[in-house]
Amino acid sequence: MKGYRKYYLNKVLWLLVTAVFAFVLNFALPRLMPGDPVAAIVARLAQGMSSSTGMKVVYEQYAELFGTNKPIMQQFFLYVNNVLHGNFGASFSQFPRPVSDILKSAIWWTIALQFPAIIVGWLIGNTLGALAAYLRKGFDKVLLPVSIFVSNLPAFGMAIILLVIFGVKLKWFPTSGGYGFDLIPEFSWRFIWSVIVHYQLPFWSIVLIAIGGQAIGMRSMSIYELNADYVKYSRFLGIKDRKIIGYVFRNAMLPQITGLALSIGTMVGGALVAEIIFSYPGLGTTLLTAIMGQDYPLISAVTLLITVMVLLANFLIEIIYGLIDPRIKAAQSD
Amino acid sequence: MKHTLRQIFHSGKFIIGFCIFTVLLLVVIFYPLIITDKPLVIIGQGTFFPPGTYVSTYDSISSSTTYTLNLKDANLKRIAAKLGDQERQDIKDWLVADGFPEDQIDVTNTAQLLDQWDDNFEPTKRLEGMTLAQLRYYQRLDTSLAGILSSEGKIIAAENPETGALEQTGMVNQSDYVNIREVASVRYLPLGTDNFGRDVMTELVKATAVSLKIGVIAGVIATLIGLTLGLLAGYIGGIVDDIIMFITNLFTVIPSIVLLILISFSIGQEKRGAVTIAVVIGFTSWIWTTRAIRSQVISLRNRDHVNLSKLSGHSIVHIIVADILPYIASYVVMALILQISSAILAEASLSILGLGPRTTEVPTLGLMMNWAMIYQAHILNKWWAYFPVLLVIALITFSMNLMNTGLDQVFNPALRD
Repeated sequence: MKGYRKYYLNKVLWLLVTAVFAFVLNFALPRLMPGDPVAAIVARLAQGMSSSTGMKVVYEQYAELFGTNKPIMQQFFLYVNNVLHGNFGASFSQFPRPVSDILKSAIWWTIALQFPAIIVGWLIGNTLGALAAYLRKGFDKVLLPVSIFVSNLPAFGMAIILLVIFGVKLKWFPTSGGYGFDLIPEFSWRFIWSVIVHYQLPFWSIVLIAIGGQAIGMRSMSIYELNADYVKYSRFLGIKDRKIIGYVFRNAMLPQITGLALSIGTMVGGALVAEIIFSYPGLGTTLLTAIMGQDYPLISAVTLLITVMVLLANFLIEIIYGLIDPRIKAAQSD
Repeated sequence: MKHTLRQIFHSGKFIIGFCIFTVLLLVVIFYPLIITDKPLVIIGQGTFFPPGTYVSTYDSISSSTTYTLNLKDANLKRIAAKLGDQERQDIKDWLVADGFPEDQIDVTNTAQLLDQWDDNFEPTKRLEGMTLAQLRYYQRLDTSLAGILSSEGKIIAAENPETGALEQTGMVNQSDYVNIREVASVRYLPLGTDNFGRDVMTELVKATAVSLKIGVIAGVIATLIGLTLGLLAGYIGGIVDDIIMFITNLFTVIPSIVLLILISFSIGQEKRGAVTIAVVIGFTSWIWTTRAIRSQVISLRNRDHVNLSKLSGHSIVHIIVADILPYIASYVVMALILQISSAILAEASLSILGLGPRTTEVPTLGLMMNWAMIYQAHILNKWWAYFPVLLVIALITFSMNLMNTGLDQVFNPALRD
């Protein structure tokens, strides 16, 4: 474990740097735009409010909350402080519900949906890709075009196709929501069953999209490895095919893990839009209602949360990668 | 060059992708020349008219010549259109529920069935266990069945302006036909209308054109930025490389969709045009290209021909243009193709989130998707409002990726079959 210290320290440092940068972006981007954001917010919020003193009070409240009357550096620290305390202000569209409250109920749906789906999709995709590379011939001829086509469908497209086939036509699964609209969240079999049934379509739409992309990547990685010199050498030595395959796929796997780390942001983005198609009560749908309602605090909080989730997922993959890849261990012991 | 092109056009994948893309492009170019309607004109009053040929009823009644055709199956068709198997079964169900003996009902005997129906059905009677929706359904069914077996024509009447009484001006017999070519106003809507009553086909063609434009603008911007940064980082190295790689690594982990959402929202609805969105997408998606170009340039940097060029005293610009660019040109083309297709997808995702280009001017594929989703076309089974859009998106990205895979196999012999 000792040899890993430098590697992990490096990764933790990088996590912190990116997190700070994400904070800065989330803070700065809306403020870079011309116009006073608070004035715009208040104008939207105060539509239909006739008394000017009322508007002034609202304005001052928000100016205080975002600190727009203070210098920019101070604003930033105020913002970071608010965020670290989970204080994102009150939502506009669901006033006076605090944003953190809305997020608390949404985030678990998203985590429970996306992470298992991405991991399952990654596993199946890699298995299929490796098989295609090894078997070639018929299997490959079918799998490759299908994978290319599937991975080129946008995630929402796959979601709509599954929804129309299995939800609207066959009526096997419900078409929207995270659980039956006639139920209230509770710990009962009926509720859990309803959640499981509603889970299927969003889950498989994300899985299928992930399978396509991963299978293509794994296929070309494996083909590349299968042609490597060590494979030929092992064959000449008379090592069993099965054993060689084991080495090949372990080597082909490593870039795929890095690939997952690099593409997880895109995957999460796609899955968020897929959530919207199913009106799944996660962050995607929350984001949509926030945008529809011009709900600035909610949008800002959701984007920050998504970024942090992706950063953490990335960090986790890097940690696991460090454990798996022997080269990192070797590099550390120098 | 010639040889490379010949090699590329020997790749099956490339040819398939190229053909699909060319067909799309030709449709986008030539369709507006033939059908010159504006894409966002609202023609239908109401939502989601199904695909088909729409014939003006007024024009066909007042058509100058009417033809009499004695077709045997005309009556059968007329009855079948209103009284299908499902309706017959529904009528039987109602009669049975009402207490009519089941063995006397024959759903295949139309005349007898309708007689039984007319004798027994009462529009206001609500049978046990019948929902309000079912009650309304039977009331509608009853109205539509009225006069279905009559063999007489319909009278056309006009109001006399003096007395206010209706006077017969014409008669439409059941055997009267018009030739669709002689009807003054006929509109063919191959994909029906959308939720606003606009012609989906015309809209779709325009949307494809706009989306392709967005894709090309965004793709070119992203590729140019990526190429410049990649060349700088890879060739100059040192501190420049460190800075560029730091920025690139930052943006690799921060999801680009988040940047897109934040920027698009900050720009505001009024200022968001198609080109603005394209530029925003371009400026948020150069990361991959930068990384890849940089690593290619690094491997080229110490090749003999580059060193020779350096020794000959060529300038950096000359070395990059003459000794490095030709080697990465194929890669840049492939990156551009991928950038274009992913920019089209990014626009679609943004639009579904409600952050697409503002809606009054031009349609885009994403906006059409967004409208269809908001009006629940997928739940209401109005396939023509969303499926063609999805198909076009898939075809564009699929064809571009096929071309890309084809190119990859030409330039990367290890991947060849």
